[in-house]
Amino acid sequence: VTTDDVSYTLAVNGTDHDVPSAWLGESLLYVLRERLGLPGSKNACDQGECGSCSVLLDGVLVCSCCVLGADAVDAQVRTVEGVAPDGDLSDVQQAFLDTGAVQCGFCTPGLVMAVHDLLDRAPDADELAVREAISGNLCRCTGYGRILEAIELAQTRRGGA
Amino acid sequence: VSTTPIRTHEDVAGGVGQTVDRPDGTPKVTGAFAFSGDLHHDRMLWGRTLRSPHPSARIRSIDIGPALAIPGVVAVLTAEDVPGKPTYGLEHKDQPVFASDVVRYQGEPVAAVAADHPETALQAIRAIVVDYEVTEPLTDPERARDAAPIHPDGNVFRHLPLRHGDPDGVAPADVVADVPRSASGASAGSGLVADVPRSASGASAGSGLVADVPRSASGASAGSGLVAVEGSYEVGMQDQAFLGPESGLAIPTDDGGVELYISTQWLHVDHEQVAACLGLEPERVRLVLGGVGGAFGAREDVSLQVHVCLLALRTGRPVKMQYSREESFHGHVHRHPARMWFRHTATRDGELVKLEARILLDGGAYASTSPAVLANAVCFAGGPYRIPHAVVDGWAVRTNNPPCGAMRGFGVVQVCFAHEAQMDRLAEALGMDPVELRLRNALQPGDALLTGQVITGTAPVREVIEACVAHDLPPEPSADDDPMLLPGGAGLVAERRHVRRGVGVAVSIKNLMYSEGFDDYSTAAVRLELDADGRPVATVHCAAAEVGQGFVTLAQQIARTELHVSQVLLKPADTTVGSAGSTSASRQTWMSGGAVQLACRAVREVLLERAAARRGEAITGARRVRFDLRGDEVVDLDSGAGTPVVDLLGEGPIEETREHHHPPTDPLDEHGQGNAHVSFAFAAHRAVVDVDPDLGLVRVLHIATGQDVGRALNPRAVVGQIEGGIAQGVGLAVMEEMVIDEGRIRNASFTDYLIPTALDMPEVAATLIEQPEPGAPFGAKGVGEPPTISSTPAVVAAIRAATGLPLRRVPVRPQDIALTTRVDA
Repeated sequence: VTTDDVSYTLAVNGTDHDVPSAWLGESLLYVLRERLGLPGSKNACDQGECGSCSVLLDGVLVCSCCVLGADAVDAQVRTVEGVAPDGDLSDVQQAFLDTGAVQCGFCTPGLVMAVHDLLDRAPDADELAVREAISGNLCRCTGYGRILEAIELAQTRRGGA
Repeated sequence: VSTTPIRTHEDVAGGVGQTVDRPDGTPKVTGAFAFSGDLHHDRMLWGRTLRSPHPSARIRSIDIGPALAIPGVVAVLTAEDVPGKPTYGLEHKDQPVFASDVVRYQGEPVAAVAADHPETALQAIRAIVVDYEVTEPLTDPERARDAAPIHPDGNVFRHLPLRHGDPDGVAPADVVADVPRSASGASAGSGLVADVPRSASGASAGSGLVADVPRSASGASAGSGLVAVEGSYEVGMQDQAFLGPESGLAIPTDDGGVELYISTQWLHVDHEQVAACLGLEPERVRLVLGGVGGAFGAREDVSLQVHVCLLALRTGRPVKMQYSREESFHGHVHRHPARMWFRHTATRDGELVKLEARILLDGGAYASTSPAVLANAVCFAGGPYRIPHAVVDGWAVRTNNPPCGAMRGFGVVQVCFAHEAQMDRLAEALGMDPVELRLRNALQPGDALLTGQVITGTAPVREVIEACVAHDLPPEPSADDDPMLLPGGAGLVAERRHVRRGVGVAVSIKNLMYSEGFDDYSTAAVRLELDADGRPVATVHCAAAEVGQGFVTLAQQIARTELHVSQVLLKPADTTVGSAGSTSASRQTWMSGGAVQLACRAVREVLLERAAARRGEAITGARRVRFDLRGDEVVDLDSGAGTPVVDLLGEGPIEETREHHHPPTDPLDEHGQGNAHVSFAFAAHRAVVDVDPDLGLVRVLHIATGQDVGRALNPRAVVGQIEGGIAQGVGLAVMEEMVIDEGRIRNASFTDYLIPTALDMPEVAATLIEQPEPGAPFGAKGVGEPPTISSTPAVVAAIRAATGLPLRRVPVRPQDIALTTRVDA
């Protein structure tokens, strides 16, 4: 895999990262995980069905497995590693902990990104809207009950703040 | 979810009985937690497996030359390169590391490559030339027993006959309600289960194991006063569909061995198989648990473990392997598809008298855990009910279908679907309320199971049923409901006036721990010492695989409760400590929780001895009770004088290792009788569904449950297990099936194999029944499996109630509702 190698720079979580001589076919997910040392975005299906690789690309929620790394040049990429300052937790992350929404945790980073996206767009989403918003994020452990509780808690805390 | 209030044990902060946060929670929400697939090594290569495209073929030749010629390809391995044992397996070592002469299922590994990039590895496996002579696959399990063997070990993994009471002494029933047309969509025809005892209607199809059913009734003898119902049932193949695909990183070590970071359910049984296949002394192979993205049974068997280690040893470099989702569907075992025939005989007032059943499990190409899955199916074919007489025959057979093995519920899921459908039909035949019928026959302590084993522990069957049905029903449908809430959801296809609501109830029994004489012990080491700041800290070392269920939390809770220490650290789970057994069979809370408790108590004994020694005493015999750990002191109860634990630890760290064994069990005898099981957990589920019969669409809107948990050691974690287990039960009821066509998987992706999303998941109302189980550490029963077992038949019962259809097969597909309705209309 040497013929199509390209070099480019990605802006991830506010920092520029050089990607030297990478195969052009690499997904953004692969580049994040294997080249930039940011494995928080997960690879459960690699075909845009499960949402565990969710990132924000110029503020738009996308499956990073379905975006070429080289296509993310000139965009601002935000991953789960960048939703809170180092050593700190975002309100969504804290709500997931406080409600027991985490079991194996493989879906969690993608859900954290999806919930941030939802609450920034529609802070007052009702339960049905919440369920629809996260229906692109598969979870096999929790049955979603505590995740829905986490989102409600985050909504309450934002509203009350 | 709503739950009953649970008493908490506030004596120690973060101790047993309280809702406590996971120690791995923060890294899991930030993305810092290292799953096995997140591991990276600068010099690492990427491994990839070549798999057979055919379910049955002879291999004439394999040419790896074209793959080796690709730049960046470092190694290509086939069966010739396996230095040790060429086969592996959990119970029978019948599965080749690489196929050499024949392939027995689509997806069987044939070769593996290591390359500098995953794309290079993909090109390499495509370049390997395998010359196959394709042969006719054996795909009908009914034919397996009598067909030519497709493996030197034969086609029957196990036949388990069970004879209980005096089944021949029970008079024939006066009435036999309704004989199976073969289960909806189920193959009729010949075979093990299809060959059912002919009864009434003379409808029985063909010959065979399950179809060939005992002849009964037809013009039945009058006067016995007994009523029988019989039916054939079918369960499709379900996949565990954990989110984190199989992955591992193997690193060669300086002594010629290998270190493997792996997501698994049981490090030590992997270790034993890996070392044997590598031909290495066990000491030169070390396994460390990588972060596990769910398991549900699919990580009990070896998948890539041997391949990735072989590649690392051959190349002398770290090698990482991770399956794609498609490969994951091919790379692990699934839930056994089942064909079953059941006949229940009861008195006219609803007392169960006799069970006759035939159960056929399709084990696919290799044994995996098929014999143990079958034992569960046969032993618990009667469900949580008293049945004095029984004749049950079960077979688990080999075919060229994908291999099947462990999945949450392990053999009980299949029979529960059948016996609960039967209970509803019996209630209907008797004109009884189905809940009443269940209560009337509910097992109690002191009752015998079909195996003759008397229940000596708790058995709150009545309590779980009553708690389940006591939950409020959801509000009736209203014209104001969002149309998204109709069956079909966002598709907005259902018409409100066509939608019918149904309610169904089902109940289950599940054995906890391993059965049939197996000693599935666990080991834990606990060290208590002072940290750099002079504060006590406990460190727990246990190989129990944390797969998401929360054992890591529980281990900390137990250490806090037993040692009154707030700081509890966990060493990584690995093979440098003794085996913890498998994270399966709802067993780790009991087995490894017990091991941690025993090791903590041994540490505490040393603390007491040190305190006594300071008073010039050795604590033996009656003097032992003079000293006790109270708060952060060891107190001499005679004098009231206390010695701070920090002082006692000043003498040095204390470390103790203990094994925890459950009471021994016996094998089953030739009639399937014996004290084969350790303990039992019970659950009841009530499902409420809305169905559009014309479209065949179902929305499961509410599940109420009562579950026997012994004692909830971390109530929020228990609720998480209940909700997650129900999700998988709902999935099997209405969504999830691996579609197998002539041995080939047709839907190996999350596009085509659908698992419940947040929109599919019903609201859950749960009541935990807390009756501490004698002999169980802290009185706690395992809680992981029961939610998955009876939720499925409850949903199908609700669909039957809404539609009037027999629905003898899960998952219930749209055509099973829509097309049957049309024919009947």
